[in-house]
Amino acid sequence: MSQAQKTFSAPKKTTGQKVSSTISWLIVLALIIWSCTGMSFDWQKALDSMPIVKRIFQGLFHPEWSFFNEDEGVLDNMIITLETAFFGTSIAALLAVPFGFLAARNMSKRFVWISWLGKRILNIIRTLPELIIAIIFLVAVGPGPFAGMLAIGFHSIGMIGKLYSEAIENMDEGPMEALTAVGANRIQTLFFAVLPQVLPEFFSFALYKFEIDVRAASVLGMVGAGGIGTPLLFSLQSQAWNRVGIIFIGIVIAVVVIDFISGAIRKRLV
Amino acid sequence: MNQSKAIKPPSKLKYTLIFLVLAVLYVISYIGIKADFSELWTGLPNIGNMLSQLWPPDFAYFKSILKPMFETVKMAVLGTTIGALLSIPFTLLAARNVFLNRWVTGITRLILNFIRTIPDLLLASVFVAIAGLGPVAGIAALIFFSFGIITKMTYESVETIDPGPLESMTAVGANKLQFIGFAVVPQALPAFIAYVLYTFEVCVRASAILGLVGAGGIGMGLKTNLDLFNYTHVTSIILFTLIIVVIIDSVSAAIREKLL
Repeated sequence: MSQAQKTFSAPKKTTGQKVSSTISWLIVLALIIWSCTGMSFDWQKALDSMPIVKRIFQGLFHPEWSFFNEDEGVLDNMIITLETAFFGTSIAALLAVPFGFLAARNMSKRFVWISWLGKRILNIIRTLPELIIAIIFLVAVGPGPFAGMLAIGFHSIGMIGKLYSEAIENMDEGPMEALTAVGANRIQTLFFAVLPQVLPEFFSFALYKFEIDVRAASVLGMVGAGGIGTPLLFSLQSQAWNRVGIIFIGIVIAVVVIDFISGAIRKRLV
Repeated sequence: MNQSKAIKPPSKLKYTLIFLVLAVLYVISYIGIKADFSELWTGLPNIGNMLSQLWPPDFAYFKSILKPMFETVKMAVLGTTIGALLSIPFTLLAARNVFLNRWVTGITRLILNFIRTIPDLLLASVFVAIAGLGPVAGIAALIFFSFGIITKMTYESVETIDPGPLESMTAVGANKLQFIGFAVVPQALPAFIAYVLYTFEVCVRASAILGLVGAGGIGMGLKTNLDLFNYTHVTSIILFTLIIVVIIDSVSAAIREKLL
């Protein structure tokens, strides 16, 4: 019975752990203090801007409803934005397939450098911001949603390809071995052992990225790549907050609806 | 002798329908965005031309963009830190195993979902209108941006913590604060720190482009140089940003791996 009376105490940390956690917190603190240097926050200016804040809120809460289904209004532009995201993500979802296989470690077991190279390429594509890519495509095809679509199509390869490669790495290799054992060639293995396993996941990842791309596409217009971002930029510049309000409502509704539908489909897929 | 019965292949109707719907959507989108791949083909020389002007980067320019680059990182640090601090109470309010009242969690989640739908550039433009051009607007935008991401990820991981300690705290009559401090926080803390780090990576990338709408950081220099067709400077900025992003990503990813 003596054991039941033993008191419990929190697990002791070793001195080494204590030191390293203290040092990491100090580093974080130093980083935050360094970040505050050179930042000036003007309280007077903040107070002066209160009327602007008031006007913004007034505008946001009294949206210009008539702009919703006007010609070239919220509805028209939001549809273009959705189409941009849809087409762009679809192209990326297709183009990402070879990259996904390239980057998957278990697809090129004998040559480790292939998957290393594939992962590097995908990383670089992911790191380039969409807006920058959009600006480059604007030079080629001129302003408009087509440039936005190309930018999304290019940028999304990075993330979709990475998710694909992870799905391939996590799949069951039994069917592959079985098919190889009965003498299937690589193409046959691909079609009858690999793709049936990974396709639902591929589809689910593409949908997930589509949700993200709808958000991305709605701001691409701010660099001239078409869609709802274009009127958004104009009304922000002219401080037409009522119009910003209705555009904002349009974006929120579209994003919520798309997330809901896509989430429901994804739940059934995986 | 059921074994001899042939297995019927699953109906293909569903897939045919899905592909038909997709095909219709593609046609509508293709027309809607006035896509024209021949245009891309004819425009490719323009890209080549631009890329050739983009190269080589002006390495001497690296030194003069050091300050805005630091500003970008500072904005991300401050935005993420404040966003993370703000996210703590909302994380707890949104987690269904901490607050059992569905009204509390439901309303909190509604607010969080709403904040997460706002694109970062839109937030930044609104704050530029309020606080004027400069990093303060960017930090304000990043606070909201990081707040949304951190809260969402953390409350989802709080909901998966071991319910044992929670039940024992309730059983011994702990109040809500003790309950949170001794049963929730110790379990959720490593995940929370990992998410903050991850969000910091995202914020560095976001911070680098917020300047396009005037919210401070390297993006402002990028916009100026783009507008002036100073392409060698543009390349330097992009390259420098990539280097910084890759360094921060790999350091942060290494720390996160140790944490979880």
